[in-house]
Order: sequence, then structure tokens, then C-alpha cells
Amino acid sequence: MYDVNKIREDFPIFALSINGKPNTFLDSAASAQKPKIVIDKMNDMYLHEYANVHRGSYLLSEEITSAFEQARATVQKFVNASSSSEIVFTRSATESINLVAASWGHKFLKASDEVLISEAEHHANLVPWQVLRDEIGFKLNICRVNDDGSFDMEDFRKKLSSKTKLVAITGMSNVLGTIFPLKEIINLAHAKGAKVLVDACQLAVHQKIDVKDLDCDFLAFSGHKTYGPTGIGVLYGKYELLDSMPPYQCGGDMVDTVTYEHTTFDIPPARFEAGTPAIVEAIGLAEALKYLMSLGQDNITTHENELTAYAIKQFSQIKGLHQIGTAQGKGGVFSFVVDGIHPQDLAFILDKEGVAVRVGHHCAAPLVKRMGYSSVARASLGLYNTKEDIDILVKAINKAKTFF
Amino acid sequence: MTIDELIENFSFLDTWEDKYRYLIELGEKMPPLPESYKTAPWQVKGCQSQVWLVPSKEEDRLHFLGDSDAAIVKGLISIVLLIYDNKSPSEIKAVAVDDIFAKIGLKEHLSPSRRNGLEAMVAKIRQYADIL
Repeated sequence: MYDVNKIREDFPIFALSINGKPNTFLDSAASAQKPKIVIDKMNDMYLHEYANVHRGSYLLSEEITSAFEQARATVQKFVNASSSSEIVFTRSATESINLVAASWGHKFLKASDEVLISEAEHHANLVPWQVLRDEIGFKLNICRVNDDGSFDMEDFRKKLSSKTKLVAITGMSNVLGTIFPLKEIINLAHAKGAKVLVDACQLAVHQKIDVKDLDCDFLAFSGHKTYGPTGIGVLYGKYELLDSMPPYQCGGDMVDTVTYEHTTFDIPPARFEAGTPAIVEAIGLAEALKYLMSLGQDNITTHENELTAYAIKQFSQIKGLHQIGTAQGKGGVFSFVVDGIHPQDLAFILDKEGVAVRVGHHCAAPLVKRMGYSSVARASLGLYNTKEDIDILVKAINKAKTFF
Repeated sequence: MTIDELIENFSFLDTWEDKYRYLIELGEKMPPLPESYKTAPWQVKGCQSQVWLVPSKEEDRLHFLGDSDAAIVKGLISIVLLIYDNKSPSEIKAVAVDDIFAKIGLKEHLSPSRRNGLEAMVAKIRQYADIL
């Protein structure tokens, strides 16, 4: 039984009122709130167990190294990777994607190749490929989404060719809420010999991830969206791929032997973790992932799907509200505009009612433009949201309408 | 209207609802910015709505026209222009804009994280005061 009111008590921030109103947090797609166990775990590490990892031959360093590597094993379990050596800790999902672009991209992409992304990519999975394209000269193709936000499989098939060396694609759009048919995309891409990078920033929050079942080559997600701390991200890569890649940054903790003349590099994942990593953040992330697994990711998905259906129904009853992204089976991300109200004005009024939503282009400016807007409001769900949150949002939108 | 009159008008408004309604009204009363100015050179960046600011100089005094596609932001712009319009560059530099917004009860709108363009607009006005 998924008791959302009890689960909310795990998140200290919801005890806080906002502008004298209940804290109606509907911006988890930007960053999720943290359960107390994550905060406590990180505090505890600093208070009682802190030292650097992979260096000291003393008790504290050995203990924290073991906790850090256990955190890696937790991530491995979370995405169902074959080995914890396939898990690279990064600073963010953005860095994970940049790592693949800089390391794998530089080594394996040539001017005659093609990279295929979708219209629904946020800037983190668009800009690194544009920059690399300008450097290497490959062709960057962009496959379409339909007007309802669903994935245009026909266009994808058309743009996928034997020249395509990489498909870099989101699992779930941060603007439209569309869940992309990853297995089909990956099967088709592999049939043409392309590698596939999945941007799972949104997907990992809402659904169970299984990299073995997906058979993706790379997968990136961030800590702070999955109820963990900021400053930590994950890159999953198939081991043989990671092993074929050169280092991304250089420094300590990623070398095998170093002389003044020459250096040989460590094996993955250490090869990609130069310098002191975000130790406590990695351990905090593992705590968040354990929390998600203990709630049961299928239970979270069921709860959020119910809320999503409820929200879509409630929104459809607001006159003048237009939902952007109405694909079948979409997740809990709702972009919308209301006739006669600028999204920025709407957000000012919602804020006064204690409702947090995001406005603007959501770091996916070309997508928002493709859907016909320059700025939209977005409400997004987390595992702690309730029907009451949706009701408060709807009431606040209706109140905003009386201002204009 | 002077800035003191504006502060007094706001002091009669007890709720945020009334303050926001008055802001929207102030925006509606602002002289319209000709469409020809709603272009990239006059756009103030760093905003979640579109904001435009057009300066001019008459003798030693600066004048500003402004606009936004968002109604509350437009009201906030009208206050900024009331504060800065028809002042010399040195007067512009001397304005304690934070204090004025605090007195009006809208201080939160000047915070950099709000990204509603107000802070960027004030910076731009001060920049124009330097170069014009």
C-alpha cells in the first residue's frame, strides 16, 4: 500500500509553508526534494566517517572507500548493470553526456558519419553534439516528434541509416512528458550498427531502468532529480565500450603508472574519475536510490500514473488552458499555457498561492518553439505529490484568470 | 505621479492580490512601445518574459521607454521607469532602487534568481547612464 501522506513525512521540506500556504511543490522535473535519510546520511558521513577515497591506508579512508564503492554497487543494482565497473560517477547528467561526446565522440566519430537525436532533447543532449559536429564535421540529424508530443517512429526510421554512428535520445521528455519507445529505438539503431545513448534524467525518476533489458550502450541520469544530492551524476556504459575510450579529464586517481615522460591510464570506471570525486554526494545518491527501491519503483509509477490521469482530467476542465504534450502513456510532466495570461505572470500568482511551477523554455528552447511557443508553464510530479496538490494548482490557475 | 505618491498608493493595499492588480493597472497605463522597437537590440536578456528598454537623451537627462509581453512584469517596468526616467547619469547612479522596492513591498522581484528581467533592466539602465 502506497501511503503518500506518510511518504511526504520523509521529506522535511514539506513541513514548511510557502507565503503562508501549504508547500505545493510541482517542479520536481527541475530538481526533486530530498528525503531526510539522504540528508542524514550525508551529514553522518561528514560528522563521523569522512576522509578521501582510494588513497589512505588508515581506517577512515578504508571505510569511506568501501562506502563509496558500495554506492557504485547500489547504482549498478538500480539500473541493473552487469558490473559496477560499468558505472562512472560524474558531476551531473550533463557531464555524463559531455564525457561521451568528448571521449567516445572524439575517438570514434568521423566527418562522414551521422549522429541522430530527437526534437525533444533538452540542451544537455543537443548542444554537446552541435559543438562536436562543428569540430568534426559529421551530420547531426534531428528526428521529429508529432504535434501531440509523441515520437514519430516513421521519421526516425527515415533518418536512421548505416551512416548513423550514434543515436542520443531522451527516455522521457522534460517538456512534453512523452515516454519514448526506447526498446524499439535501440533495436532499430543496433540493426544499423549505431550505438545508443539514453538520456534518462527524467525517466529514471519515474520508471524502473533496466540497461540489460534496454540493451542501451550508454545511459545518463542525475542525482538531484532522483531525490539525491546535487553535484553527482551517473554514466552507465557497456564495459567494452568504456574500455575502448580515452580519458576525459586527467589527474589523480585515474592513472596506472606515471613518470615525467609518460602516463598509462587506469581501467574503467577509474579512468573517467580524475581527481577527488564527489564522495559524500555519491553515497547520498545511493541512499536516495535505496529509498526509491524500498518504496518500490513500480508502486511509484502506479501512484504517479494515477495522479497524471487525474491531472490531465482536471486541466481539461480549465477553460482556456492548453496542454502541450498529450501523447498516450505520458508521464507526470505537464506543460501548458492559459489564454490571455503570460506564463511568467501565471507563475507569480501561483507562487503567492504556495505553488511552485517552472516557466520559460525549460532548457529545451528549440522544442518549445517547435510546439509553437516561446515560453510555457510546467508542472511536474514527484513521488510525494497528491491529488490535493493538483487541486490547489487548479484552484490557483483559476484564481490567476481573475486577474487578467 | 512621483515615486513617493506611488509608495503611498501601495501602502493602502493590504493584500498581494490588490498589489498585483494595481501593478497590472500600472502596466496597462504605460505609454505603448512602438512595435518597431520590439527587436533584438532593445531586448533585455535574462528574463523569463520578453522585456524591451529603449533609452534616449535630452540635454543631460536620460529618458526610457519600456515594455514586456507579461502584464505583471510590465507593471514592474513602469515602476522602474518612474524611478529612473528624466534623471541625469549621476542621479541614476545614486538611486537606491532596492530601498524603493522594499518600501513598495515588492522587494522579492529584484532578486537575481527571479529572472523576471527587473534586475537585468536596472543593470542596463545603469550601463546606459555610463555610456550615454
